[in-house]
Order: sequence, then C-alpha cells, then structure tokens
Amino acid sequence: MPEIEALENTSGVIKKFLYLNSKAPYGTVYALEVLEMILISAAFEQDVHVAFVDDGVYQIKKGQDTKGIEMKSFLPTYRALEGYDIEKLYVEKESMEERGLTVEDFIVPVTVVNRLTMSDLIHSMDVVLGG
Amino acid sequence: MLHTVNKSPFERNAFKACLARAKEGSVIVLFEDAVYAVTRGTTLEKIAVRAAEKFHVFVLGPDLNARGYDWGQVVEGVTVVDYDDFVDIVVTHGPVTAWL
Repeated sequence: MPEIEALENTSGVIKKFLYLNSKAPYGTVYALEVLEMILISAAFEQDVHVAFVDDGVYQIKKGQDTKGIEMKSFLPTYRALEGYDIEKLYVEKESMEERGLTVEDFIVPVTVVNRLTMSDLIHSMDVVLGG
Repeated sequence: MLHTVNKSPFERNAFKACLARAKEGSVIVLFEDAVYAVTRGTTLEKIAVRAAEKFHVFVLGPDLNARGYDWGQVVEGVTVVDYDDFVDIVVTHGPVTAWL
C-alpha cells in the first residue's frame, strides 16, 4: 500500500519550526497560546526556533510581577524552555531598540539579529507559526 | 471627560487617536498594553512627555508591574495609580471615552 508507506516515511522527519511572537504579554491571549504551542512541539523532537519581533519582545522582559493583575507570569515557563532543549531564541534588534530595551533586559539568553537576518531566518523555515 | 486607552501604542493607533481629540486638561488613564506608551527610553517618549504636559495622565501600576516596569521607569509628569484610584478617577471625571 503506497499510502501507508508514505505515512511511515514521514515518521522521524525533523522539520525546522519557527514560533514567531509579535504581541505583548497579558493584554491579549496570543503570547500564552504561542507558548503552549512551543511546549507541545517540544514533545515531538522537532528543530524548534523561537523569535520575538515588534511587541513580542516585551514577553521576555525581566521583572514581570503579575500578582496585581491576578494572572500567571510567563517568565517561569520561558526559563524552563532550556530544559526542553529549546535554546534557539532570537530577538529582532530594531524592535528591541524602539522600545528602549537592551539584551540585559531579557530573562533568557537570546541571539539579537537585525530585521534583514530575521527575514532570512523566517524564510529558512519549514513551518512558521505566528501569534 | 475621562479618556482611557488599553492598547499598545506600537501596535494600534488608539493612544495617538486619543491625544489628537482629548481637550487640554482632560484626564487620560492608560492600562493593560497601553502602559507601554509612557515607559522611558522608547521612540515614543517625546509624545508621552508632551501628553503629560497637556493632560492629566495616569497609568495603572499593576499593569506596569505585570509587564516588568515600575514607577521609576515611567516618563516624568505621569502618575502611577492603583485599582482603587482608577475607580475614584472614573467616579470623579466621567463620562468615559474608551479608545480601543
């Protein structure tokens, strides 16, 4: 059965995934939804990349204290990504600078890339999931 | 008249739309993602400083803290308030125009 053979051949294929974060945390549900997708993907042993552009860079800013708004903080989950072998994190330089942030403001180690390199990164992926 | 804004100034036009139509001396409360409009060091800082000169600008502290900022990182002339203050402002300065 050729169909079954085709299905079997897809097992073990590792694709390049990019999770493209472009929204600020807490004000909308986008950041949380993408983070949940990232955690799910960790279970499938794929080549996971996570990028932060535009307001997405705010997601990993240090010092988030969410007690006052009674919501769960994202920071512990982002810190835990390393434990799932998700270590390819990229921040767009222009987005960071527009918002007065520097690499020291982030809770996790990131690679800062300019917009052109971010474009190249996006285009080098097999699957891009944004939010 | 009280004006409220709750959207990021980098993603939506709500903050600028509010500033363009609020009368001098109006009260503006920034909450949720709009708190980024008055954090120091951004490309919008001058707009925020001018707004604080023309209007009474307040920003909700719990939303600032959730996003990793405190009162020391807010532009000069903007007042940080809590939820109780927000309620008092609504009672004192209504009706409300909500810029979304």
